[in-house]
Amino acid sequence: MDLVLPRIDWAPLAAMLPVAFGGLAALVGDLFLPAGRKRFIPALGLASLALSILVSIGLWGTVRFSVNDAVVLDRFALFSYLVFALVSILSILLSMDYLDASAPDQGEYYSLVLFSTLGMMLMAAGGDLIVIFLGLEMLSLALYTLCGFRKAELRSNEAALKYLLLGAFASSFFLYGIALIYGATGTTVLRRIVAFLADGRPPSTLLLVGTGLLLVGFGFKVASVPFHMWTPDVYEGAPTSVTAFMIAGTKAAAFAALVRVFLMALPTLQVQWSAPIWVLAVLTMTLGNLVALVQNNIKRMLAYSSIAHAGYLLVALVAGGSPGATSILFYLVAYALMNLGAFAVIIALQARGQELLSVADYAGLGFRRPVLSACMALFMFSLAGLPPTAGFMGKLFIFSAAVEGHYHELAVIGVLNSVVSVYFYLRPVVVMYMNEPAIERPLVPSSAAAIWAVALSALGTLQFGLFPGRLLDLARQSVAALGG
Amino acid sequence: MSHIWPMFNQIWLIPVIPLVGSLVVGLMGRSMRRGSVALIACGAASLALLASLASFWRLLSLPPDARVLRHSLGSWIASGELSVAFGFLFDPLSATMALVVTGVGLLIHVYSIGYMGEDRDYHRFFSLLNLFLAEMLVLVLADNYLLLFLGWEGVGLCSYLLIAFWFERPAAASAGTKAFLVNRIGDAAVVVAMIWMILLFGTLDFQTIFTGAPATLSHGSLAASVLSLLLFAGAVGKSAQLPLYVWLPDAMEGPTPVSALIHAATMVTAGVYMVARSAPLFQLAPVSLEIVAWVGGITALYAASIALVQTDIKRIIAYSTISQLGYMFLGLGVGAYAAGIFHLMTHAFFKALLFLAAGSVIHALAGEQDLRRMGGLRRSLRVTAGCFLVGALANAGIIPFAGFWSKDEILLAAYASGHRLLWIVGALTAAGTGFYMFRLYFLAFEGESRLTPEAASHLHESPWSMRLPLVLLALGSATVGFFGIPPESGVFHRFLGPSFPVSGHQGGSAPSPSGIGLALAALVMAGAGILMAFRYYLRDPKEPEALAERYPTLYRILVHKYWVDELYDDLVVRPTMAGARFVSASFDAGLVDGAVNGIGSLLGSAGALLRRLQTGHVPAYVLSILVGAVVLLGYLAFHG
Repeated sequence: MDLVLPRIDWAPLAAMLPVAFGGLAALVGDLFLPAGRKRFIPALGLASLALSILVSIGLWGTVRFSVNDAVVLDRFALFSYLVFALVSILSILLSMDYLDASAPDQGEYYSLVLFSTLGMMLMAAGGDLIVIFLGLEMLSLALYTLCGFRKAELRSNEAALKYLLLGAFASSFFLYGIALIYGATGTTVLRRIVAFLADGRPPSTLLLVGTGLLLVGFGFKVASVPFHMWTPDVYEGAPTSVTAFMIAGTKAAAFAALVRVFLMALPTLQVQWSAPIWVLAVLTMTLGNLVALVQNNIKRMLAYSSIAHAGYLLVALVAGGSPGATSILFYLVAYALMNLGAFAVIIALQARGQELLSVADYAGLGFRRPVLSACMALFMFSLAGLPPTAGFMGKLFIFSAAVEGHYHELAVIGVLNSVVSVYFYLRPVVVMYMNEPAIERPLVPSSAAAIWAVALSALGTLQFGLFPGRLLDLARQSVAALGG
Repeated sequence: MSHIWPMFNQIWLIPVIPLVGSLVVGLMGRSMRRGSVALIACGAASLALLASLASFWRLLSLPPDARVLRHSLGSWIASGELSVAFGFLFDPLSATMALVVTGVGLLIHVYSIGYMGEDRDYHRFFSLLNLFLAEMLVLVLADNYLLLFLGWEGVGLCSYLLIAFWFERPAAASAGTKAFLVNRIGDAAVVVAMIWMILLFGTLDFQTIFTGAPATLSHGSLAASVLSLLLFAGAVGKSAQLPLYVWLPDAMEGPTPVSALIHAATMVTAGVYMVARSAPLFQLAPVSLEIVAWVGGITALYAASIALVQTDIKRIIAYSTISQLGYMFLGLGVGAYAAGIFHLMTHAFFKALLFLAAGSVIHALAGEQDLRRMGGLRRSLRVTAGCFLVGALANAGIIPFAGFWSKDEILLAAYASGHRLLWIVGALTAAGTGFYMFRLYFLAFEGESRLTPEAASHLHESPWSMRLPLVLLALGSATVGFFGIPPESGVFHRFLGPSFPVSGHQGGSAPSPSGIGLALAALVMAGAGILMAFRYYLRDPKEPEALAERYPTLYRILVHKYWVDELYDDLVVRPTMAGARFVSASFDAGLVDGAVNGIGSLLGSAGALLRRLQTGHVPAYVLSILVGAVVLLGYLAFHG
C-alpha cells in the first residue's frame, strides 16, 4: 500500500508557528526557570503573539491553499488571526498579576492560552470541516483545563466539569454533522462542497440535517439560545482572566468558522438555513438581554450580555453576503475590545485577591478610582451601543447589513433589544458614580499589566468608534473573496 | 486683528473651543482655584460665541441664496458604498441655533459662577457644562445625520450626568437614569431611520439626502411617511412630547442652571431642530406633518393643564417648557418652519430667564421650591421679581414681549393652513399659559409672605454674577420678538427662509384684518387667564381651595398628572422586570442559587460535586440542547 503524503506548503501555516512554538516553550521554560523569574513566561507568550502578528501582516494579500486544501491562507484568515492575537495579548496582560497570588504553575496556564489561540487560528483557516473540528477541539480542551485552573476552588472545578461534559456532548453533534455532510457530498473539503453544490440541484435531506447538526455544535460554542445554558455557570465559575479570554476568544473563533462554513461553503443553502438562524438570533438577543436585566453579579451579567451579543452577530450571519460578513468581522474586534476592557477593569480593581463581583461593590468607585471608572463607563456604553464607541459603529453596521439583506424586522428587533440592554449596562455606571460605598475598602495599587490592558482596550474602543473607516475597509477586503 | 479674523471664522472652531475648555477644566480643575476654573469655562463659552459671530458675519457677507458655509475635517467613514464626512455646515438655520446655544449658554455659565459658588464639585460642573456646549454645537453644526447623532447622544449623556449631579440625592440619581432611558426609546427610532437612509441614499449627508429624496421617495409615499415619523419619534423623546415627555419634569432635580440651559433653552429644542432640518423629508410626507402638528398641539394643551395645579416652582416651568415645545412642533407641522424656529429662539430667552429667576429665588430661600411657602418676595428680591415678570409676560404671549410675536405667528399659520381645530387648541393653551404663569408670579412674588422663619432669615438678593444674566435675558425676552415684525416677513424670516423648502404656507403677506383679529383673540384668551390668576391668587386667596373642592375629580387628575407615570410603571417597567425575573427563574437556575447554600458541605469533596452535577442542572442543560436540536433538525429535514 502506498501512502501518499500531501505536499505541505508552509506559508499558510507560518502565522501559526510562532504561537505553537511559544506554547511549547512556555511549557518547557516553566521547568527551568527559577521561581523568581516566572514573569519571563507571559513575556514569551506576548513575544510569540507579536511575532505572529508581524507574520500575518507580512502575508496580507497572499492567497494560498495547503495540505490538500485543508488549510486556507486568505485575508479572512489573516484578519481573524489578528483578532485572536489581540484577544490573547489582552488576556495575557490581564492575567499577569491576577495569577501570581493563586497559581504557581504559570507555564501551564500560558501554554494553554497559546494552544487555545492556535485552535482558534485553525478554525478560521480551516478549508476542511475536519480541520475546523480539530481547531475547535484544540481550543476547547485547553479551555476546559483553564476553567478549572483554580484547583482549590469548588466553583472553578464545577465550571470546568460542566463545560467538559456539555462541550463533549455538543462536539458529538458537530462531528455527526460532518459525517452526514460527507455522506451527502462525498467530501469534507469546503471548496469541493462548493463545487458539489454549484450545479443547482436541490439539496438532499441528508445534507440539510448535517448542516443543522453543525449549527447545533456552533450554537453551543457561540452560546446561542437554546444551547447557551452552560455559559453563565461556566463564565461565573472560571477564573476571571479565563472568563475574559473565553468570552472574547471563543466567540471570535466560532464566528470566524461560522462565516467560513455558512457564508463561504454553503451560501447556496441560505434559503434553508436563514430561517432557523433568524429564530436563534431573535431568541438569543432577547433572552440574553432580558435575563441580564436582573443579574447582580457582574461576571454573570457580562455572561448574559455575551449571549445577547451572540444574537446580534447571528443577525449579521442571517443578513449574509459581503455586508453581513464584514459587519461580523468589525463587530468581533469591537466586541473583544469592550469585553476584555471591562474584565481588565474588574481585575485591576481587585484588592488582595478580593474581587469586586457584585454590582454593589462598585459603589463610590467613580471618585476613588476616577480613571478606571471612566474606562469602565466607556466599555459599558460601548457594550450598550452608544456613540462615539466601537460598539455603536459595530451595531450600526450589523443592522445596516440586516436591512440591506431585507431583514428589516431583525434590525428593528435588534435595535429594540439594544434599548433594553442600556438599562443593565448603565447600572454599574450609576452605582459607581451615584452610590455611596457600603464599606470603605482600602485602596490597593492595581496591576500595571492590567492597566495596560485597560488602556489599550479603551483606546481601541474610542479609535474604532470615532474613526471606523480603516478597520471597516480591512474587514471588507477580508471578505471580498466570500462573494456578495 | 484683521489677520486673526479669517482664521477665527472657521466653523469647526465653534464646537472645538468648548471641548478644549472642558478637557482643561476636567483634567486639571481639581488643583485650580475656583476663579481660574470659572475664567476658563466662561472664557471658552465666550470664545465659542465670538467664533459663532465671526462665522455669522462671514455668512451675512454672502448673497442670501448662497449663505452656506461648509467645512470638512476629512472623511469619517469611507468604505464601499457608505461614505460619511466629519463635516460641519453653517447655514442660516445652524447659525441661528449656534448663536442661541452659545449666547444663552454664556449667560448661564456666568450665572453658574454665583449659583454653584459653594458646591464642592465646582470644576466637575463647569467641565460638564462646557462639554455639553461642545456636544450641542456638534449637533447643530453637523452636516450629516451621523455626526448629528453623535452630538445628540453626547448631549443626552451630559444631561444625564448633570441631572444626577447631586447624586447624593436618590431622586436626582433616579431622575438622571430615567431621562437617559426614556430618551433611548426615541434614539432607537433615529438609529433605524439612519440605517434606512444609508440604504436608500448610500450616505447620511444632509445635502445628498435632501436633493435625492424627491426622486427616491415619491411625494406622499408610505416610505417617506415612515422614515419621517421615525425621525420624529426621536424628536419626541428629546423634546419631551407626548408620550415620551415623562423624563423632563423629573429632570428638574438637577442644579437650576442646568435646567435653564439644557432642559429649557437648548437640548430639548434639539428635536425641533432636527425636524426643521429634515424639512425636505417631511415635506414629502403630508401625513407625518399632520401627526407632528397634532402631537405638538395636544402636548401643548396637556402640559399646560398639568402646570395649572403644580406647587413646585421649577416643575411648573418644566411643564411650561413641554407646552411651549408643543407650540414649536405645531408650527413645524403646519409647514411654518421659520415660525417654529423663531419660537425656539424667543423661547430660549424667556425660558432661560424664568429658570434662572426661579433659581435666584431658590438660592435666596436656601433651597425652598414650594410655592406654598413663598409669597411677597418682590419686596426683597426686586431685580429677580422684575425680571421674572418680564419672562412671565413673554411666556404668556403678551404684546409686545418676545413670546407674543412667535406664538402668534404659529397660531396664525395653523389657522391659515386650515387647521382651525388646532388653532382652538393653541388658543386654549394660551389661556392656560396666562393662568399658570401668573399664578406662579402672584404666589411667589406678591401677596403676603408665607416663608418659613429659616428661609426668611436667609433671604437675600443674589450676587451680581446672577443678576447680570437675568437682566440681559430680560432685555432679550422683551425685544427679540421685534426681529419677527411684520409676521412672516421680518428680518428673521428673510434670513432663515433659504434654509427651508417652500411649503404651501409661507412667504410674506401683509397682516390681514383677519390675522389681526386672530391675534387679538389669542391675546384676549391669555389676558383672561392672567385675570383669573389675579382673582384667585391675589385678590381672593381662599378661592382656589374652594375651586378644588368643587371639582375634586378634575383637580385630582391634574395634581396626579393624569397618572401617566404610574401607568408607564405598570404597563412597561413592572412587566419588563417581572418578565425578566420570570425568564431568569426559568432559565437561570444557575450556580449561584444552588451552590451558595451547600457550599460548605460540598467543599473539597469531589464525589459530592459529581453527584450534584449529575442530579443538578447539567441534565436540564442537555435537555435544552436536545430539544433545540430536535426542533432545528426537524425543521431542516421537513421544511428546508
